[in-house]
Amino acid sequence: MTDDCNARPVVSKPSNPHDSACLHVSGTACYVDDVGEPVDLLHLAFGQSSEAHARIVAMDLTAVWAADGVVAVFTAADIQGANDVSPVAGDDRLLTDGEVLCVGQAVFLVAATSQRAARAAARLGRIDYAPLPAYLTIDAARAAASLIEPTQRMARGDAQAAIEAAPHRVADGFDMGGQEHFYLEGQVALATPGEDGQIHLLSSTQHPSEIQHLVALLLCRRSSDITVEVRRMGGAFGGKETQAALFAAAAALVADRTGRPAKFRCDRDDDMIMTGKRHDFRVAYDAGFDDDGRILGLRLRLASRCGATVDLSPAINDRAMFHSDNCYWLPAVEIVSERLKTHTVSATAFRGFGGPQGMLAIERVIDAVAARLGRDPLDVRLANLYGPGRDVTPYGMTVTDNIAPQIIARLRADARYDARRQAVEAFNARHTVLKKGIALTPVKFGISFTTTHLNQAGALVHVYADGSIQINHGGTEMGQGLYTKVAQIVADVFAVPVSQVRITATRTDKVPNTSATAASAGADLNGMAAYNAAMTIRERLTGFLSRSFDRTADEVRFTAAGVRVGAELLGFGDLCRKAYMGRISLSATGYYATPDLAYDRAAHWGRPFYYFAYGAAVAEVAIDTLTGEHKVLAVDIVHDVGRSLNPAIDTGQIEGGFIQGQGWLTTEELVFDAHGRLLTHSPATYKIPTASDRARHFTIAFWDGENVEPTINRSKAVGEPPFMLAISVFSALSQAIAATAPERRSVPPLDAPATPEAILRAIAGHRGA
Amino acid sequence: MSLRFILDNRVVEIANVDPTATLLDHLRYRMARTGTKEGCAEGDCGACTVLVGELDAGQQAVRWRAVNACIMFLPMLHGKALLTIESLARDGALNPLQAYMAGNGSSQCGFCTPGFVMSLYGRCIGASGHALPVADVIAGNLCRCTGYGPILEAADAVRLDRDDSELVTMLRNLATPDTVSGEFGDRRWFRPGTAAALAELVAAYPDACLVAGATDVGLWVTKGLRTIATLIFLGDIATLGAIIETDDGLTIGAAVRYADAHDALARLHPDLGELTRRFGGLQVRHAATVGGNIANGSPIGDGPPALIALGTTLTLRSTAGCRTIPLEDYFLGYGKQDRQLGEFVESLHVPRPGSDDVFHVSKLSRRFDSDISAVCGAFRLTVRDGLIVNARIAFGGMAATPKRAAGCEAALIGKPFTQATIVTAAAALRGDYTPLSDVRGSAAYRLEVAASLLMRLWYKTQGEAISVLELAAADD
Repeated sequence: MTDDCNARPVVSKPSNPHDSACLHVSGTACYVDDVGEPVDLLHLAFGQSSEAHARIVAMDLTAVWAADGVVAVFTAADIQGANDVSPVAGDDRLLTDGEVLCVGQAVFLVAATSQRAARAAARLGRIDYAPLPAYLTIDAARAAASLIEPTQRMARGDAQAAIEAAPHRVADGFDMGGQEHFYLEGQVALATPGEDGQIHLLSSTQHPSEIQHLVALLLCRRSSDITVEVRRMGGAFGGKETQAALFAAAAALVADRTGRPAKFRCDRDDDMIMTGKRHDFRVAYDAGFDDDGRILGLRLRLASRCGATVDLSPAINDRAMFHSDNCYWLPAVEIVSERLKTHTVSATAFRGFGGPQGMLAIERVIDAVAARLGRDPLDVRLANLYGPGRDVTPYGMTVTDNIAPQIIARLRADARYDARRQAVEAFNARHTVLKKGIALTPVKFGISFTTTHLNQAGALVHVYADGSIQINHGGTEMGQGLYTKVAQIVADVFAVPVSQVRITATRTDKVPNTSATAASAGADLNGMAAYNAAMTIRERLTGFLSRSFDRTADEVRFTAAGVRVGAELLGFGDLCRKAYMGRISLSATGYYATPDLAYDRAAHWGRPFYYFAYGAAVAEVAIDTLTGEHKVLAVDIVHDVGRSLNPAIDTGQIEGGFIQGQGWLTTEELVFDAHGRLLTHSPATYKIPTASDRARHFTIAFWDGENVEPTINRSKAVGEPPFMLAISVFSALSQAIAATAPERRSVPPLDAPATPEAILRAIAGHRGA
Repeated sequence: MSLRFILDNRVVEIANVDPTATLLDHLRYRMARTGTKEGCAEGDCGACTVLVGELDAGQQAVRWRAVNACIMFLPMLHGKALLTIESLARDGALNPLQAYMAGNGSSQCGFCTPGFVMSLYGRCIGASGHALPVADVIAGNLCRCTGYGPILEAADAVRLDRDDSELVTMLRNLATPDTVSGEFGDRRWFRPGTAAALAELVAAYPDACLVAGATDVGLWVTKGLRTIATLIFLGDIATLGAIIETDDGLTIGAAVRYADAHDALARLHPDLGELTRRFGGLQVRHAATVGGNIANGSPIGDGPPALIALGTTLTLRSTAGCRTIPLEDYFLGYGKQDRQLGEFVESLHVPRPGSDDVFHVSKLSRRFDSDISAVCGAFRLTVRDGLIVNARIAFGGMAATPKRAAGCEAALIGKPFTQATIVTAAAALRGDYTPLSDVRGSAAYRLEVAASLLMRLWYKTQGEAISVLELAAADD
């Protein structure tokens, strides 16, 4: 793209380190809590509900008011505007309006002169509750028909008839747990009151525009009065898409009411209790298949625990349905999705956004089919892949970019899958206590927000008269390297070093009406918007030069050596100075909306995705049949990022996504007690992977290809898809458990996460099957 | 009295110190050194990792150790040197480790990164634990973004030198009088220099909270928001920090940090070394003490089961003198220990297993590293001429205290050392324990795996591979 403005953009400076890498390693990257505290700062804490579902009969906050350092205490009655921090449905209260819907729900808000004072005072509220029926589990909610929206159905053909007519049939089910995001930087917001009712918010959020809009309604202001800024987050993973609003709104309320700056830095345990997590699912399946394991008919029932409010659960559960095919052709299929309302913290977005749950369901079906036939599950996977004439998803989208067969074939060879599977069998024949398993599973992940209007982005590019460049766009940086990728794109438009591009914090007063940085679409959307903004300026510069030097536009070329106009060569800075003197605007906005999307949600039919990203992984594991312990021994990955915008960053996303997925399926267990209290509310009890959980043998290769759709650089989204490569670990664990009774023709009853206790239970179940 | 420590080769003096102010909060909110992050405020994520240095035994060099600043109280820093992420900047330039990490994709969101840099920097300069495998050095640092590969790669990619000669002199000059103390409002703290002074203080303030590494008490403050009236910091009493290694076994001072006991325990038996490796992360082992792990009476402390199985005795001291009891007798009930008013745990003696002893200890947890046991089982069987002549078996996580398995022991003693005996004895464990179901495991699971661990001992003696960790290492 450097030399030819008509070609598709191609970024020529790949593998730049993360733009903040030097700041990260020196501790100088500034997060919200690192900003110097103003002298009159107030610190905040919530008084929380101790009950899962109850009406508040009386609230005595005398002791809270009287506590050391307390400046103000707020309840719902103090909110004049909209008491709402929800993304869509209007049902998430900032402070409860009389009925609590889960343990940990914010009941009152304390502002004090120190963080410790606020937290201590928040524990002093005396609240009398009248208990109401609490549905804590999928079963309880189902029995009470407690739903956040009607059960959804996606279907093609007569699945039941196909199952009954099929030569073989397997019906079973399993559970998979939720997942805590465990971003290392907890939820935090700092609100500063400005003149004339304005509020400035620093928030660790993936969705500054949403917070801007919610705070405006909360304070009876207009969006133009509220500015939300985020330079970077210390991790997010979906957990700061909607969940940051609660803390930002609280800070804004206090700043507005007291006239003092207010910071809400949430304690880790409170954060884990109060904020949403990945949905846990209960899956039931009934599949009919032929002698080769080809699925002829499938009925799949996906029930999820959505928690107390709607949040993003409709779209998340839709995505679970969308990924219940993964890479497989399901000729007759019925997918039923129950979205259960429970009195637990509202489940929310988390990397994959329901996709992992749907995909794990179908991969389990494949494993069950293979077990019934006594076949290598990989053979059954291959038999079911999409292919010519069998290439339409259950929601009616034709898979036109299917590279799953080639990726699997390459990985099978590169990872020596067949030889290693034999070696695993030989090991299992020799060993009593320890058993090994190996599995290869593919990923096909749909890219776009399935809520079509969200697929838009804006950017703002300033070129200064000295040739330096500032960029701003609607995307937020949470570690995924979005800023770096966008900076590369803009630098390339002008053929200048990336170091000449200053990346600035995402702000709602620079780019308005943005979508959350989510759905892996950050670079696709914002990269293209920034490209368009930069191209606008480049075209102005080109026109200025062609007029000034009396040359055609084709004779103006932006090169690494400088800008060529015919035989002349100008430095970029010189050009900008001349353009300024020539009264040329050097600032432009850019905009992009993803084309070709058309999806009818009511019918669950159409094209919700612009394209698919693919990948596959082989995992080899060992289990201890005495204790249920396991170890992931080796992982090999081939993943499709299209033509990479930045291989270093993309590799990091693949590895990090895989390990996070491995954690979801192995060590990360959320435990609630019978009262609805989360027991695993700290890293002492909730265990994300550590360095030694990463397999010692771990290889990542890119699939050599490009996006068939004209995305920026023909790249593909990479944030979420690799997460699901870790399903290979779960499938391999299942294989290892099966080896404890190899004569059984059934898949072991393993639930996720595969904790030692779950593995032992599955071994016992399998042996007794 | 004011508190003094050395930061970047300058003495920092804090008058009127809040004895339960954490080092992390002081750095971030009083000194504007915000590079050190709070991830959890309970010592589990390592985002707040800093290096604390003291003169080594010969007083010639500084011995650095990585600790979690979030649960370190300021008085614990008295007389020591401190390095934070900001200390690493040299005229604004990155050191080679930082430069390598910046270029290697070792950070994504960057929030955990300063903690990893400090852990790896410590390894590079020969800090305590530097000889451990890299994954063990960073087992106490959580990263949610990278998957760890690019961080692990950085550890061996660079060499760093550090000149502490000036600091050695400064630390010598900072030499501390016997007891340092201070008052803060109506609260007070003491840092005695000798065990005798400690005995006097414990007698004078029988309700005082004794703090060694604060890996437990720290959470009382950061999570429990407790106000503690009197604190006595005993982590720097030299005699309590001694390890004496003889043919008989080990005598370990109560204030010996787990990291400092690691090698000696591993020499006593390899399983004790492995148990210690999995005792918290390195930052926790750099603070937590062998005595504190016993004195706090936790039913799931990792030390007691193994120590009880080995026949450890505990010495308690007061101004009235010392008394020595079998370790298992110290644990009277949940939250109740045999520590009289005015007493403190002074030391323990761990007998060396004999050549005819079969010893094994296993810890089961959801995650291998930096996790708390669901069940921890320790077994010492004395086998002579194929006959089990003695058996000491103890479990953590199976009862309200670390507890011996009397029925199981009875089913072993006097029996031939055979699989049939082991199977019978394993079944007897069901009569010894009535465990609870909790967040770390159900009662049924605990009972099942308790028996499994005895079977594991049997398979181990038969030469069978018994741990998936062996496979992971072998596949290397």
